Amino acid sequence: MAMIELTGVWKRLSGWNVLADMNLSVNEGETFVIIGRSGIGKSVTLKHIVGLMKPDKGTVVVDGISVPELSPSGLSDFRQMFGYLFQSNALLNSLNVKENIALPLREHEQVSESDISERIAGRLTAVELAGTEMLSIDSLSGGMKKRVALARAVIRRPRIILYDEPTTGLDPVTSATINILIRNTQKELGVTSIVVTHDMNSAYYVGDRIGLLHGGHLIQVGTPDDIKNSADPAVKQFINGLSEGPMTDKDYDKDSA
Amino acid sequence: MKKFFESFGKNIMETASNAGFTCLLLLQSIYWLKAFFSKFKEILRQMFVVGYQSMPVTLIVGIFVGFVLALQTGLSLKPFGMENLIAQIAGVTMTREMGPLMTSIILAGRVGSAMAAEIGSMRVSEEIEALEVMSISPVKYLVMPRIVALTIMCPILTIFANTIGVIGASIVGKLQIGVPYYTFFKDAAEFIEFKDIYSGLFKALIFGITIAVVSCSQGLRTRGGTVGVGESTRKAVVNSLLLILIFNYFLTSLISRMFY
Repeated sequence: MAMIELTGVWKRLSGWNVLADMNLSVNEGETFVIIGRSGIGKSVTLKHIVGLMKPDKGTVVVDGISVPELSPSGLSDFRQMFGYLFQSNALLNSLNVKENIALPLREHEQVSESDISERIAGRLTAVELAGTEMLSIDSLSGGMKKRVALARAVIRRPRIILYDEPTTGLDPVTSATINILIRNTQKELGVTSIVVTHDMNSAYYVGDRIGLLHGGHLIQVGTPDDIKNSADPAVKQFINGLSEGPMTDKDYDKDSA
Repeated sequence: MKKFFESFGKNIMETASNAGFTCLLLLQSIYWLKAFFSKFKEILRQMFVVGYQSMPVTLIVGIFVGFVLALQTGLSLKPFGMENLIAQIAGVTMTREMGPLMTSIILAGRVGSAMAAEIGSMRVSEEIEALEVMSISPVKYLVMPRIVALTIMCPILTIFANTIGVIGASIVGKLQIGVPYYTFFKDAAEFIEFKDIYSGLFKALIFGITIAVVSCSQGLRTRGGTVGVGESTRKAVVNSLLLILIFNYFLTSLISRMFY
């Protein structure tokens, strides 16, 4: 049985069908990568999975739970199985590194301060940021912020991790480090992951399967090799970064999807 | 004409939606008072921001309001030989009206705008969504501590504003109107009643809640990046000031029926 299943999901935002008959099935323990152009609905898909958005039509089922039907308190319990790495990192600027990572622990677990410190130190070591506990968020580089956000996302050992553009805006070396950390986290925790990206190096490295989102739904799903060798003109255009092809700026026109 | 009615209707709907959201936020904040002790550190931090950091400007405004009250009433009453009444007029006006009103206006401009901007920035940088995904209620984490802090600190600041305002009035009374300090404070003690003081503090308490809930509501409803943050900040201040002035009339009317 699939851990995450979206069936016939439609979502209209600002007069545009961002998701149009979207179907997605992610197995337990799998890392699924959603690729696609900027603004095409990748992050919207993640927000449906975690219940930040409700579909206009269709079903979103995670671990057997129908997400749109959850009550606010049910949603709060449900979300505790997730770690979410936001595109903007979404670290709280008023808190330092340690306080940011400790936030979900302090809110949801009865743990002593020494346990919290120990767990945070371990997690920071795993993301190669040992000893940075007391630094302010403003003093960190983009790559460091991404790693702190990753440490926060996994501190409670979630069953599902959602990564929203984890390497966007980072230099190639830092991107490679983040990809390795995602892979290591996957191996260490054995979680189900969805990675949203338009960075093909990242997609090939971390993904068990890759799906291309275009026109509001996944037009091809396959292993990294399947995608690399795809004959689909849209897939070829996207993975090779070509301006000519079926993907045009009309994709963003209202009612095009 | 069609566009005018469309725009008018849209504004009405938006105002109703804003009002509904703000009322709901207040109710949710009351619910989250159960987390008062676990959020005590944050409440204290907010009280410091609201109270201690707003104290200098409150005192400056308070003393100058006292000066003006004494000067205006003194100059008007002196030709009739009734200048001794300035203690009564300045004292009662300060405690019943000017103290809570001026303090609230300062807090709406200084603290309400900062609250809306801070929460609005958190909204556009996805920090609010991050809290929601971590199953942390933004109302519990951000809104309730701010409402509690303003509810406590607005009356406390009002006490300081009242005190410094009366002292200011006595200084002008002595130096420009010729009312001795002894006479001024004797009259003030005689004419300012406890009900004048606590009715003013009750107003300050309501104004404090209003500023906090309106500002947090605008912050949480921020959309559209940095421009949206600016818009929310503007709306927070304007709406807070409007509501303070409107509530002030109705509270004055209610209090006068109950106590006077």
